[in-house]
Amino acid sequence: MSFSRRDFLKTSGVLLGALPFARAIPASAAPRDTMVAVISQTINSLDLHRVGTNRASYQIAVNCYDRLLTFGSKTLPSGELSYDYNKLEPELAESWTVSEDGKVLTFKLKKNAVFFDGTPVTAHDVKWSFDRSVSVGGFPTTQMKAGGFERPDQFKALDDETFQITLDRPSKLALPDLAVPVPFVINSKLAKQHATAEDPWATEYLHKNTIGSGAYKVARWDNGQQVVLERNDKWVGGPLPAVRRVIVREVPSAATSRALIERGDVQVAFEIPDKDAAELASKLKVYSTPIENCLHVLCLNTKFEPFRDDNVRKAVAYAVPYEAIFKTAAFERGAPMWGGTGTVDSIAWPQKSPYDTNLEKAKELLAKSGFPNGFETTLSIATDLSAWMEPTALLIQEALAKIGIKTTIEKIPGANWRTASLVEKRLPLHLENFGGWLNTPDYYFFWAYQAGHLFNSSNYDNPEVNKLVDETLHMSMDDPEYAPKIRRVIEIIFNEIPRIPLWQPALNVALNGAEGYEFWFHRQLDLRTMKLTEG
Amino acid sequence: MAGRSAAIIGRIAQAVPVIIGVVVISFILTRALPGDPAVQFAGLAATPESIEQVRVKLGLDKPMPEQFLIYVGQLAHGDLGQSIATGRPVAEELASRLPASLELTLVALVLSCIIAIPLGVLAATRQGTWVDQLCRILVTAGVSLPTFFTGLVLIYVFYYLLGWAPSPLGRLDFVFIEPDRVTGFYLIDAALAGDWETWTGALKQLILPAITLALFTLAPIARMTRASMLSALSADYVRTAKAAGLGSRQVLFTYAFRNALLPVVTTLGMVFSFVLGANVLVEKVFAWPGIGSYAVEALVASDYAAVQGFVLTMALLFVVLNLIIDLAYSTIDPRFGTGAR
Repeated sequence: MSFSRRDFLKTSGVLLGALPFARAIPASAAPRDTMVAVISQTINSLDLHRVGTNRASYQIAVNCYDRLLTFGSKTLPSGELSYDYNKLEPELAESWTVSEDGKVLTFKLKKNAVFFDGTPVTAHDVKWSFDRSVSVGGFPTTQMKAGGFERPDQFKALDDETFQITLDRPSKLALPDLAVPVPFVINSKLAKQHATAEDPWATEYLHKNTIGSGAYKVARWDNGQQVVLERNDKWVGGPLPAVRRVIVREVPSAATSRALIERGDVQVAFEIPDKDAAELASKLKVYSTPIENCLHVLCLNTKFEPFRDDNVRKAVAYAVPYEAIFKTAAFERGAPMWGGTGTVDSIAWPQKSPYDTNLEKAKELLAKSGFPNGFETTLSIATDLSAWMEPTALLIQEALAKIGIKTTIEKIPGANWRTASLVEKRLPLHLENFGGWLNTPDYYFFWAYQAGHLFNSSNYDNPEVNKLVDETLHMSMDDPEYAPKIRRVIEIIFNEIPRIPLWQPALNVALNGAEGYEFWFHRQLDLRTMKLTEG
Repeated sequence: MAGRSAAIIGRIAQAVPVIIGVVVISFILTRALPGDPAVQFAGLAATPESIEQVRVKLGLDKPMPEQFLIYVGQLAHGDLGQSIATGRPVAEELASRLPASLELTLVALVLSCIIAIPLGVLAATRQGTWVDQLCRILVTAGVSLPTFFTGLVLIYVFYYLLGWAPSPLGRLDFVFIEPDRVTGFYLIDAALAGDWETWTGALKQLILPAITLALFTLAPIARMTRASMLSALSADYVRTAKAAGLGSRQVLFTYAFRNALLPVVTTLGMVFSFVLGANVLVEKVFAWPGIGSYAVEALVASDYAAVQGFVLTMALLFVVLNLIIDLAYSTIDPRFGTGAR
């Protein structure tokens, strides 16, 4: 008799948590309602605000907590579903108003919203949660600052249902920044019961417990193995999710994940390598969505002599074998970012750079530079990102050798990579990736091109770019001055080319027995739209 | 007998300076790593201020000697500190992960001994026959095949193609609930609870990774058994025993095998301790929540407390293991502890 676990899951609908005495879930005739998703990283905390919480853990904030606002969805030209940066929708807030001067944001909360324990969600909970995110320090505080939220005195609970934010200056980033995973709303009464003098924000308690009002609650968390989520039937943040129970299992080996999804023992394989995505595309439903506002780039550090020379940077940009890299390293997942027209007529970002592989031109430019006979340098890559960095680096090394630039490839271990590349910015030539959560070009330029900022690992410092980014960062995108200023920045950074765009990477997700996948800028699996399918 | 217990106490006393050395060295080495935990844990979008905030929060702004004193103070209370990556006490983490690795390693070693020792003995007694050749082939294959490769091939054949093996999803399929924790060994805990369904489930999950590791550990054990059997069989006492007209079975087991066992036990100890820390790849392939992958993740993230805790635990384990091997010697070798060498 053949009785695979797939059939078993199809027919079993009994909850693990509801059956503390059962050792195994008995097969019953209930409809299939459990979805299994595999991820390659580990979820190391249930609290996004904690110091040390990794990226995979953000999915808990997404699925188990609510924010005031969320983004709507749109269908991409490829037919894939994606969140829509330009469409803000209510989640916990029923409605909101923005004052004439754009500085005061007032939110009315949904009256029927309750936390998991049944207590109503009030503006005081929102206030406490926002205070927490701007006070704990580290990543949440930095992300809040991007929207102009810096101090607790900016947040006020006018009454139980009305919450008000006062900004120091109007900003187009303020409202979207309320829909990112960070400003989630916590049950403050329960949290305060677990707060101590040393730990006023109850980080110890929230690390292991979810006390929100979101679509799912954590039924079980086996650290390093799995998280089991159950639907919260009282959720009012949106339409009730179709899947009642989700098991998120951690499988570090890509080959194992692939075997599991192909066999159909799991329904979702999240963030699979480009190679597997390309090979599975003919067999299963595979989504490869180019990640918004995100680029894989080759950085030329302008602190180092050869790369201070405009002609050297351009020569490198013309020597890079873009096509071969896109085929070998990205397996053609994502979007090409080379061979543009040369005139900047849109403010879309990322957009194709004017460079293409042209060795003659590269040699010509190098001959004109201060280094006509070439030079030697190191090309640095991170060991834990070697999946895309290693093939890319090898191809670049080979191409640069043709124009007389000798490179040695240096692999830097994961723990040291961020320090060397981003903090100390001491790598002359290296590969880098940055993606901005807030999808505006100025936000990308702020982190990656403005002097002194973390992802500006090229040490690029152009007074005009610095000034234009400062001016556009909070400016409304409808402002008539906005587009010309952004176009000017793009012209400058393409001309001076301190970061050479290689391609826009994709987020790959394979489904087998599930549908409803939607791409989100935070690159986490949003379970709320997922559905199970027969077969 | 007094000589024997004195020898054991002497062995334990020898371990003390080793442990102190490990504490100091692991502390210094983790700090000498090039990574900066404050940068690592400041998250995606970090500013110099937020990195500094994290540094202060982790206590890394204090001078090194002060950090060391705090660490030693905690150790004295049996506290291995808190892992930053997982936000849990390191001791708790190791206690949950060590049994997973131990269970896998022990099952694999038992399996590999059951095959390797008889094979080694047979190969030695029937030198040059097909058994000897088979032993040679197995040993060569075991040494030369990387464990992750064997693991993937086994998954491909027995799970993907044939569908005989359960999904390679760690220690227990998600239809089972883990047994009440007594020892942390699922096979023992499930048996204690009398829950044979879970026991079978846990055993099924164990089979493929255990075979993978067994193939790897088989080689040194089989080789060592064969070699030491050969030298024992050509020794004077075996010739004497044969000349005295003892039965071939008695000569083989009482005289040759017992003497040949000593180097095998030593190899076994070495293989065990080596495999326990080195089966990271098998753990990754089978999503096994073991101690090896924990240590590697901690190293990558410069998670000081977790790395120190791992090194210290492994050092303690080595000390205990060496002690057990010495005790095993004393049972096998009557000369132990008597000063007669």
